[in-house]
Amino acid sequence: MPLSFSPSAADLGAILLTCKLASVTTVVLLLLATPLAWWLAQTRSRWRAAVAAVVALPLVLPPTVLGFYLLVSLGPQGTVGQFMQSLGLGLLPFTFGGLVLGSVVYSLPFAVQPLQHAFEAVGQRPMEVAASLRASPLDAFLTVALPLARPGFVTAAILTFAHTVGEFGVVLMMGGNIPGQTQVVSTQIYAHVEALEYTQAHWLAGAMVVFSFAVLISLNLFNARRTRVVL
Amino acid sequence: MAVKAKSLVGLCVLLGALFAGLCQAGEVSVAVAANFTAPMQKIATAFAQDTGHTAVLSFGSTGKFYAQIRNGAPFQVLLAADDETPVRLEKDGLALAGTRFTYAMGRLVLWSKQPGVVDAAGDVLRKGTFERLSIADPKLAPYGAAAMETINRLGLLPTLQPRLVQGESIGQAYQFVATGNAALGFVALSQVMLDGKLVNGSAWIVPTDLHAPLRQDAVVLATAKGNPAALALMAYLKSDKARVIMRAYGYEFPL
Repeated sequence: MPLSFSPSAADLGAILLTCKLASVTTVVLLLLATPLAWWLAQTRSRWRAAVAAVVALPLVLPPTVLGFYLLVSLGPQGTVGQFMQSLGLGLLPFTFGGLVLGSVVYSLPFAVQPLQHAFEAVGQRPMEVAASLRASPLDAFLTVALPLARPGFVTAAILTFAHTVGEFGVVLMMGGNIPGQTQVVSTQIYAHVEALEYTQAHWLAGAMVVFSFAVLISLNLFNARRTRVVL
Repeated sequence: MAVKAKSLVGLCVLLGALFAGLCQAGEVSVAVAANFTAPMQKIATAFAQDTGHTAVLSFGSTGKFYAQIRNGAPFQVLLAADDETPVRLEKDGLALAGTRFTYAMGRLVLWSKQPGVVDAAGDVLRKGTFERLSIADPKLAPYGAAAMETINRLGLLPTLQPRLVQGESIGQAYQFVATGNAALGFVALSQVMLDGKLVNGSAWIVPTDLHAPLRQDAVVLATAKGNPAALALMAYLKSDKARVIMRAYGYEFPL
């Protein structure tokens, strides 16, 4: 691997796009996952087990299953695709919006589960105290539960971001490899390996290893510090 | 206990018989380029009937097979989608010299799932009444490179570039069209042809003077040394029976 090697414009574009995709997905997922996780942590509904299972599905399903269903359902013959067209909106496969939707599904458990655990750890007591001080449920949620669950939000955000960066199968199935739209780092590495461009593949793959290691170690350090504070 | 012992003996006898059968007949593991999937399945069946040998098939992209073979994959024959990879393997000392030959010439086709979309002269490319055109990644797949060459030769790259979506293989380029996500696409004729007829939709078979020939070469890998089944398969690929099968999928042969 020559030291003089510098990444191509396509590789840099893929890195930028990957960061953009992971950022947008993280924001969207935190907004969606917060009420869902809260409901899962509080409810005694008989639907709870089923909803929790659906949330966890992307953990066990191969990405090819998600990618296949997304491609077929979002396509012009699919239900979602026809709905999108009836609204006068474009089709989602091969677009950045399509990848965001795919990533939201793919990373859903990584956002919901840490938040749910954090809300469960907060427990009923602080909410009851807030209610006895005449705080409305929404007020209590915003000023008591959310700040107490802050570590859960940090964990959820980091895991969602990192997991989306590591996404491959779903993007490969519905991306179409369009520079600036759907060409992300993981598919770019795959293309380099297929084209026998091992130097470029090494460069990007190495960067992924370093990035993932940095994410996990900072998450561990963050959790360790938090534990010490609590103790 | 007695039942268990009995069934164990039975299993041993069965395995022994299977093994003996395999030893007699011979087996060859074959890495097959994705575009050649359908005909090769039929050829393998006929090969087993006619010679008693078994061909164990793995389908995938030629580039991936190259990387795997270099890293010790146990394939014994490669049916590539191009004529460069077998040469490269020979230079690497991973293929047996003198075994390489062109087993088929592929044809490129512009295909839509809808009837009447693609006309017999491919003018639909100039009209541009479609949103997405699917091709295989020109860097990875010979059929993708041929598609790009055709587009360039027609002088349509500027107008078509923004509509291109790329599959990582010719299989995925086909899948984008088959699911309707792309209105049309450049695929391998073998993917849309059966018994010499177009299976469905509409198509323009791209004239061969618009791109370099799609020579698909086969080569025996070094791991097959002393395996008669590998050589038998190579010979079988040149037989009339195999060629009839290939021709039904639109493949042609070098003169």
